Amino acid sequence: MLVVDADGALIETNEAARRLIPLVPGDFVTSAAMPAWLAAADRALRQAGTPADAVSGEVAGRSFEAYPSSCDDGTVVWWLLEDTDRRLAEQALRGERERAALLAEVSSALLSSLNVERCMTVTARMAAGHLADAAIIVAPAQGRRHQLTYARADGEVTQTMLPVEPRSVAGLAEALQGFPPVPARWIDPAELPDWAVPEGFDGPIGSVIVTPLPGHGVPAGVLILLRSSTHQAFTDGEEVFARLFAARAGVALSAARLYAEQRSITTTLMRDLLPPRLERVHGVEYAGAYRAARDHERVGGDFYDVHPGTDAGEETFVVLGDVAGKGLEAAVLTGKIRSVLQALLPLSGDHQQVLSLLNGALLNSHHTRFATLVLASVTRRAGHVRLRLTSAGHLPPLIIRSDGRVEEAPTQGQLVGAMPAVTARTAHVSLAPGETCLLYTDGITEASGGPLGDQFFGEERLRAALGPCARMPAEAVVERVQMLAAQWLGGGRHDDMATLAITNPAGGHGALHSVDGHHATAARPKAGVRR
Amino acid sequence: MTTDTGAAVQERAEVSERLWTAVIAKDESAAVREVFAAADAGVGRESLLLEVLGGVQRRVGTEWAADRISVAEEHAATAIIDRVIAALAHRVPAPAGMPDRPRITVACVDGEWHVLPARLLAEVLTGRGWQVDFLGAHTTTPHLIAHLHATNPAATLLSASLPLHLPSAHTAVTAVQSIGIPVMVGGAAFGADGRYARLIGADAWAPDARAAAGLLADGLIRPGPTPRQQVDDLPHLADQEYTLIKGNRSALVRQGLAELEARWPGMRAYTEAQRERTAEDLAHIVDFLATALYVDDPELFTGFITWTAEILKARRVPPHSLRTGLEILAGELHDFPRALGFLKAAAEALPATPTTRPSPAQE
Repeated sequence: MLVVDADGALIETNEAARRLIPLVPGDFVTSAAMPAWLAAADRALRQAGTPADAVSGEVAGRSFEAYPSSCDDGTVVWWLLEDTDRRLAEQALRGERERAALLAEVSSALLSSLNVERCMTVTARMAAGHLADAAIIVAPAQGRRHQLTYARADGEVTQTMLPVEPRSVAGLAEALQGFPPVPARWIDPAELPDWAVPEGFDGPIGSVIVTPLPGHGVPAGVLILLRSSTHQAFTDGEEVFARLFAARAGVALSAARLYAEQRSITTTLMRDLLPPRLERVHGVEYAGAYRAARDHERVGGDFYDVHPGTDAGEETFVVLGDVAGKGLEAAVLTGKIRSVLQALLPLSGDHQQVLSLLNGALLNSHHTRFATLVLASVTRRAGHVRLRLTSAGHLPPLIIRSDGRVEEAPTQGQLVGAMPAVTARTAHVSLAPGETCLLYTDGITEASGGPLGDQFFGEERLRAALGPCARMPAEAVVERVQMLAAQWLGGGRHDDMATLAITNPAGGHGALHSVDGHHATAARPKAGVRR
Repeated sequence: MTTDTGAAVQERAEVSERLWTAVIAKDESAAVREVFAAADAGVGRESLLLEVLGGVQRRVGTEWAADRISVAEEHAATAIIDRVIAALAHRVPAPAGMPDRPRITVACVDGEWHVLPARLLAEVLTGRGWQVDFLGAHTTTPHLIAHLHATNPAATLLSASLPLHLPSAHTAVTAVQSIGIPVMVGGAAFGADGRYARLIGADAWAPDARAAAGLLADGLIRPGPTPRQQVDDLPHLADQEYTLIKGNRSALVRQGLAELEARWPGMRAYTEAQRERTAEDLAHIVDFLATALYVDDPELFTGFITWTAEILKARRVPPHSLRTGLEILAGELHDFPRALGFLKAAAEALPATPTTRPSPAQE
């Protein structure tokens, strides 16, 4: 408590005030020992002549609030109340809130991506932006090399692969193995190797944090934070926060890495189950299109293959089929059937025998599923494409004549994998230039939708749609069929849908030799992405 | 890029004319020969793609609208142009010395089968040094997102030609942005001025392939980490008009057909195919109405109706059937104030004709 008279001289101070402000009665508030903020408040109060609000400021490194009460004779009593602890608490709370908000932002940014590189970029950028002047992420070793992600506070991020000696940075080897981080004060910034300092980082380094990015059991990498010597060194609180940040980043990175691993496993296992890319073989065009029953899947219970003949005189063997069921389980069975058929290629001259052997193989396997399929053997002679077509319980192929007529190939037979013996009748068909033979699965004709919502696309509509496809390239035919079926569905549920067109090109043999087998060089849809 | 001297323009026009003849005759090898010859004669790669091939493709569209070629012919022509692009890409590889640019993804949105604009864009960008993953027509959003997680491209470019695909484009745009990848959109669906691109919150919109390449070279800003839902961009969706009309499309078409039959007993003599055409026409109107409600733009619906009237005129179908269709829908949707407003505006925009008898619109 201080009492100041109308002339600005101290009349009285209590002991607590004297311990803070070394002034005695008779001294003026303008003297140097008086805190400037309090002197200014006293002056302002006297000029305004009205009761004033509390003011606050620091005295001897502590924080106070000063409440004035004016007396009629111009004397003012200043009551000083210390609020240092409250202020510290408020400051801590503000800091805590900022950190919580930052953690939420970090989690949100990191959780959005399942890409490892992107996760590392985001982590490094946020660490450099909020925690330090620069950040480096050291990914787990691939051989002796580590992927390094550098970020500077200005947001610039770069990535590189380098051989890194983990012992070259104190605590790095331990962090890479998932041991707890070493305290920042143990790390001598002067001993950091060149690779641990991002290009363009200005000035000497003041302090360093090396903290593991904890993952699912194994570390997802190590985060190194650098602060330049012009800044305050990392405090204990900041070290703790860096660990919290690293924990979140580590979880996201591990999830991304797990996803990448799973995806790579799936891709490898799925490679042989995906429908093959088709192209022109010995002057005959082949095109296939596939759409799995579920939009997020790429394989299902429909399949097709084209096994080119060794030379133009030899038959090319084509198969399209449908196993009962859908999804991955059905796809695994299609893989087996495709392997069996490939093994039976030398016998493909006799469709009946191929079907009998396949039937036997399916009956002897532990699968209880059956399959329907169409076999086609294709040769091109004197401008015409000759087909031997055999249906085993499958929808008969449709022939699009050059005048727009659509015929059904006269073949029928029993499905395979159900009965001890199968019989089938083979049809012989010849395609003139511009004519196409279309093999398809019932996913097309049983596509349910249309303007009234509940009708099958049906064979009638398919035939009507195929009529104008005379003299079209094979690709255009399958695309048109898939498009019409998809539009008919209008986003509704559907079964697997496969189509394969065998076309005697209208333009004549070999007209497009220049692009045969080179489709992958252009910006074609990437294999495995397209349905 | 080639400089557009008068001679070059003239030469391109001649190539385009010969290419058109080959394409419409379904003569793929002749089409390829024309384009190769033009490439050998020095017509630039981008010019061949955008002016010559793109020009022929645009002509396919206008010829169809004028009823001079059929849908199937349109499809065949498109397929041949597509194959010519593949042949050209193989024959005339991207020019050397282009800067090594980052990886990007180009795709058509779910439901969009008009692949050529995106295909041409992909080729142009490849030519300018970008590593392009082209996912093709009708890319479902789950596939797109899985691809983006695997490849982490610098940007995604989505194409849509029909406004009907704006809702699925919106879904795709928000999904891609939610994983922190910027999206540029383009195509006729987004409006001549890109208004629907802004509406659905795309990070960029380009009116054509060259503009897209320019914007991409300038760099797109990555979207912030706050995921949002469609209704955050389009608060009017909360009135459920879009949802209810979209969800009850089949019922609306059925009721519409019954009502049409009650008004025009002659319809009972329709063949199954004629009835189906009529149902398809009604369904198409409902689809466009739903889309217009989605973007809350009566002009989108009015534009579709007046355009359809033009198409019908070209096919010598009197447009009064269209007006009847609008009236019937208005009767069914009396509880939907926004939809009613759109239907009224569209009916007013139709040329006045005496109503006599509906006839099924032909393809």
